Formats: sequence, structure tokens, C-alpha cells
Amino acid sequence: MSTQERPLSPHLQVYRWQWTMAYSILHRATGVALGGGTLLLVWWLVALSSGPEAFDTVQAVIGSFIGRLALFGWTFALFYHLANGIRHLVWDTGRGFDLDVAAKTGHAVPVVAAVLTILSWIVGYAAL
Amino acid sequence: MAEFALPANSKMGKGKTWPTTDAGKRIKKFNIYRWNPDDEKNPVVDTYEVDLDECGPMVLDALIKIKNEVDQTLTFRRSCREGICGSCAMNIDGTNTLACTKFIDDVDKDVNIYPLPHMKVVKDLVPDLNNAYAQLASVEPWLKSKTPPPPDKERLQTPEDRKKLDGLYECILCFSCATSCPSYWWNSDRYLGPAVLLQAYRWLIDSRDEATGERLDNLEDPFRLYRCHTIMNCSKTCPKGLNPAKAIAEIKKMMIARQS
Repeated sequence: MSTQERPLSPHLQVYRWQWTMAYSILHRATGVALGGGTLLLVWWLVALSSGPEAFDTVQAVIGSFIGRLALFGWTFALFYHLANGIRHLVWDTGRGFDLDVAAKTGHAVPVVAAVLTILSWIVGYAAL
Repeated sequence: MAEFALPANSKMGKGKTWPTTDAGKRIKKFNIYRWNPDDEKNPVVDTYEVDLDECGPMVLDALIKIKNEVDQTLTFRRSCREGICGSCAMNIDGTNTLACTKFIDDVDKDVNIYPLPHMKVVKDLVPDLNNAYAQLASVEPWLKSKTPPPPDKERLQTPEDRKKLDGLYECILCFSCATSCPSYWWNSDRYLGPAVLLQAYRWLIDSRDEATGERLDNLEDPFRLYRCHTIMNCSKTCPKGLNPAKAIAEIKKMMIARQS
């Protein structure tokens, strides 16, 4: 009788990535990103109430190239999480579980999110 | 808690290569996970070359050929060889399925074979299923009824009620789905996983069962049921074409319905 501890079989290391699996972890990742982004929003609001000097600093950071890039990413995270959240709502009604439907609605989410993100930024820059 | 890397004793090394002696033209390489509890070493991946012209069409045929003709120490479970016993479930070419119903020709390159993922390994391709079986027992997968059966016949069901069991009763409990689920990987101590939840739903929806309330009480738990995040790996990998993700969604719906 062996006393050696049994090894754990490989999991992430060997499991083939599935589309639905990727969209699922991206939902989690965008949720975390939204949490971070909300802190940014809070910082902006606090600066707004603190006075023009603080506000100018925040505006400069967010308005910089890197700041805009982060904001662009945050916009995508917002729309991805929103669109996939709607997908989850439909699932909660017991619909959309056929494998081809689940894959198709999954593929639609990043496309919808990208379109909405770009539209928002076009509208945003047009309003400047 | 999610541990993405393998523990130190589980990291895999490179094993032996067993070249074929056949002069056949259709040589396929099978890379197979090996671990022996008797030598104090980490798991390795051995490579076996098999002449497909001298081998049956299924992955299980190749495993049996290797065990018979090349390396008798190769250890795996198998029984019915026709997809009804669930013994030979393993990770083949990246997804979980039954070796007996998986065509070798459906794998483009080398055939990579590992035990069912994120399970304790007993030996080679044999995972320890004790926890999964205990979880199955916890949902009491049998008919529970206070009403005594009719004295002269079985408990009858309308064809409509019987139809509700289609897509559920076919489950052979191979645990391919549970071990494909990242949520089950990270929480198998508390989350029941798709195989067991599909069984739970099979009894929840049975018109003859009278323990629906108790069954739902037992599942009303942040982990047992609600760790399902609809990742869909379960339904994608099921070798019987069933849809555990949908069954779990139906249980969640029953939970809501009984509150109103």
C-alpha cells in the first residue's frame, strides 16, 4: 500500500479552450475592470467637489493618451458586461442553452460591445 | 479557492517513447499521462506509436492494443466499449469524452490522453471518483414517495410527464461534464457539479416523486447549486449529447417559482 499523496490531474494546462468558456471568463474580467473603473469615476467626482485645482489634475490624467486608452477599455468592459449580462438574463429564463445558440449569442456579445464602444466614442468626440 | 497551477507533486515530466515495430504507414502517436503510486516520482507523459492499420477505430481500441502488445502496466478503466457504462471517461484531445466512442481519426495530430481533469489520480488514467459519488448520494437519486404504490401495478405516468425525463435519464454518470467545469475544479468540495445536478433535476421533474420541496431545500445553498456560472463546458463535452447547463437553469427556475 502506497502512502504517497495522489497527484492532481492537469486541468487548465490541458483543457482545450471553448468559446463559451472564454466569454465566461471575460465576463468576470470585465466585471473586475468595471470595479476598478468605478474607483476612477469616484476619484473624478471627489476632485469635482474638491475644487478646480484637483479637478484639473484629474482631467489631465484622464485626458492624457493613456487615460483615454484606459477609458476606452473601460467603455468596452461596460458594454461587454452589459450585453453578456442580458445573455445571462435570457439564460435565467431557461432559454438559449442549445450549443449552437449559446455559441452564437456568445460571438454576438464582443461584436455588440465593440460597436457600442466605438459609437459612444464617436458621439463623445463629436460633442467636444 | 482557485489554484491555477498544478501542485509540485503533480507537475508532469516527459516520459518514455515506445516506437512501433510495425512497418505500417499509418502511424499515430498517443501521448498518455502516466503515474504510478509505487515509484515515488511525478507523473510523466509517455508516447506510444500505434499502427492504425492494425488497430480498431476508437481511442479505446488503441489503449487496449497498447496494454495488450506494448506496455501491460498502462492502467485505465473500461467495460462496455459501447458508450453506456461510463467507465472509460477521460480527457482526449483537450476535452472530456468516452474513449470507446471517440474515433481516433477525429483527432488531427497526436492523441493526447489525460485522466479526467482536476481529480486525484489513483493510477495513470484512473481518477478517484469517491467525492463525486458521495455528492451523487447526497441528492438521493431515487424515487421518494409517501403515497403507497397501487397494489396491482406500477406507478403510472402520462406520456407528457414521461417526456420530461428525456435528455435526463440517458446520463451514464461518467463525470465528463463535472470534470470539464472550471467552477467544479475550484469548488468541488462544495459545488455539486453538472452531473449530480442533472441527476437532481431528473428526480425534481419526475411526476411520481413527492419529495420536490425537500430536494430543493437541500440544493438551496450558495455553493451546491449556485456555483454554476453557465460556462457551458459541461453541455459542450457531454459524450451523450445531454445538456446539464439547461437542467441547472431549470432547477434555479424552480427555486424562484416556489418563492412566489
